[in-house]
Amino acid sequence: MKYREGEVRIPSGCAIAAVISKEGKRMTAEAIVNAMKPMHDRSNGLGGGFAGYGIYPEYRDLYAFHLFFDCRATRKEVEAFLKEGFEVVKGEIIPTRKIPEITDEPIIWRYFVTPLRSVLADLQLDEKEFVARTVMKINTEVRGAYVFSSGKNMGTFKAVGFPEDVGVFYRLDEYEGYSWTAHGRYPTNTPGWWGGAHPFTLLDYSVVHNGEISSYDANRRFIEMFGYKCTLKTDTEVITYILDYLIRTQGLTLTEAANVIAAPFWSTIGAKTDEYEKEKLTYLRTVFPSLLVTGPFSIVLGFDGGLMALNDRLKLRSMVVGEKDDRVFIASEEAAIRVMEPDAENIFAPAGGEPVIVKVKEGAY
Amino acid sequence: MTIDAREMGYKEINEALRGGEKEYTVAGCLGQRFIGAEMGGLDLTIEGVPGNALGAYLNGAKITVRGNAQDAVGDTMNDGVITVHGNVGDAAGYAMRGGVIFVKGDAGYRAGIHMKAYRDKVPVIVIGGKAGSFLGEYQAGGVIVVLGLTDNDRRIVGNFPCTGMHGGMMILRSDCADIALPDQVTAKAADADDLENIRGYVAEYCAEFGADEANVMDAPFTVITPNTGNPYKRLYVAN
Repeated sequence: MKYREGEVRIPSGCAIAAVISKEGKRMTAEAIVNAMKPMHDRSNGLGGGFAGYGIYPEYRDLYAFHLFFDCRATRKEVEAFLKEGFEVVKGEIIPTRKIPEITDEPIIWRYFVTPLRSVLADLQLDEKEFVARTVMKINTEVRGAYVFSSGKNMGTFKAVGFPEDVGVFYRLDEYEGYSWTAHGRYPTNTPGWWGGAHPFTLLDYSVVHNGEISSYDANRRFIEMFGYKCTLKTDTEVITYILDYLIRTQGLTLTEAANVIAAPFWSTIGAKTDEYEKEKLTYLRTVFPSLLVTGPFSIVLGFDGGLMALNDRLKLRSMVVGEKDDRVFIASEEAAIRVMEPDAENIFAPAGGEPVIVKVKEGAY
Repeated sequence: MTIDAREMGYKEINEALRGGEKEYTVAGCLGQRFIGAEMGGLDLTIEGVPGNALGAYLNGAKITVRGNAQDAVGDTMNDGVITVHGNVGDAAGYAMRGGVIFVKGDAGYRAGIHMKAYRDKVPVIVIGGKAGSFLGEYQAGGVIVVLGLTDNDRRIVGNFPCTGMHGGMMILRSDCADIALPDQVTAKAADADDLENIRGYVAEYCAEFGADEANVMDAPFTVITPNTGNPYKRLYVAN
């Protein structure tokens, strides 16, 4: 029997990369796909994926759901369910290339949808909350169906395989986005299934992660109190939900959210001379102690109009940032940045817990 | 001899380096790991960005990098010299047991983690710029010199230097007034003997990277050492 993600836990690195144009200029995925090549040995072929932002301008006001299905019957079932709450403007197979490196693919579709106003009024929910709940419902209750992307004007593409092959498989050279994130997986806790590849997404938030967090269960127990369901036993999923909770539902800024999950040590907070900052950091650690993420991680959070890179507070994983003109590059290794831009400047390694936030100029995306 | 590394994996590069020549230039390097691993008797120049664990287990070779290097430079190196004309990533000199690493610019986190020394094997790391947090974590031997020459507001070393340090010595070109050190180490202003101990390495650094030795030495230096020969005495058993 084939194992499915979430049923097995195997205790055990990864590669991440990202690029963003601050001017909102759209780039094909070619550079980000190539960036993963020198980091090939950081993954083991059991997962690769990309998230592109600004890739569906013609459907920019619609939620783009990307789904994996086990079989046609499951797809029909999910489509019927979607129609109960959404206007489905378009549903289609996500185009792929058949290549020998990627095999055993599920049925892969995308739907451009918008929640029915009547349903929202009836449930007294805002649009995003309704979409998030729908994603959770499908992923937990419909066996054989998995929503792996659910934001507006963005999309995640992931598979079992090496990232450079996954890019070819999904024909990413045919998409253009103002930002891209990428991941090469070396699964450590789970067998490696299509749904478990990164990026993990909810709404427009996507997370690529290199690391192995030790607070998974503490974080999971807390976040599941707020309606999130961790279905895959992988740490990246819980990080994604934590960030959605802190930023979308609690209204924290990106920096504040970073200060929760990679909170400074009490000794470091104690040594702060800025009283306002000291009080704020103390407040955040006190209010959200269960959302402190411990153990090694370097992540890139993608969101509508920007990226945030963050390391764990002990900086147990590598991460390098560089820039050139309007573009900012982030990667596990400098070599990956040099592939995207040989003349990248201001290469630096952010300190542990120090978020690097890059936003596209207002109105440019 | 020049090796064009652009289409080569690390195994092929290291194979080419075993070709019997005394001098090699690896051009177009881009992320290949383990370059020069366990090699001796070679003079190797690297153009581009070498991958992680450059010069791992190095056994006498001389490696010069014309730019930045990534993580774990000189991992467990035994002998030789690695000179980096740029910055290095995290964990430079990881478990190093001999030889010298010169870094023109900054070092990432955990430089000199678990360095060790035995008799005449005394590894040395000279960081010209600033160092990240956890400098000399679990340091058991050897010498770490940080000059802090990078022109920015950052402290010469990040948070938690010397965590778990129980041997060796660290010399920082700073009065260290703004550096919090753990209880098991002692810091004191460097005296003439201490400065004499590092003068040769500083001179070499200045000659290699074109800094003015007199200027560099004309600053307060702080020497940090563990405050007992056996800091963990009776931690678990009487020993």
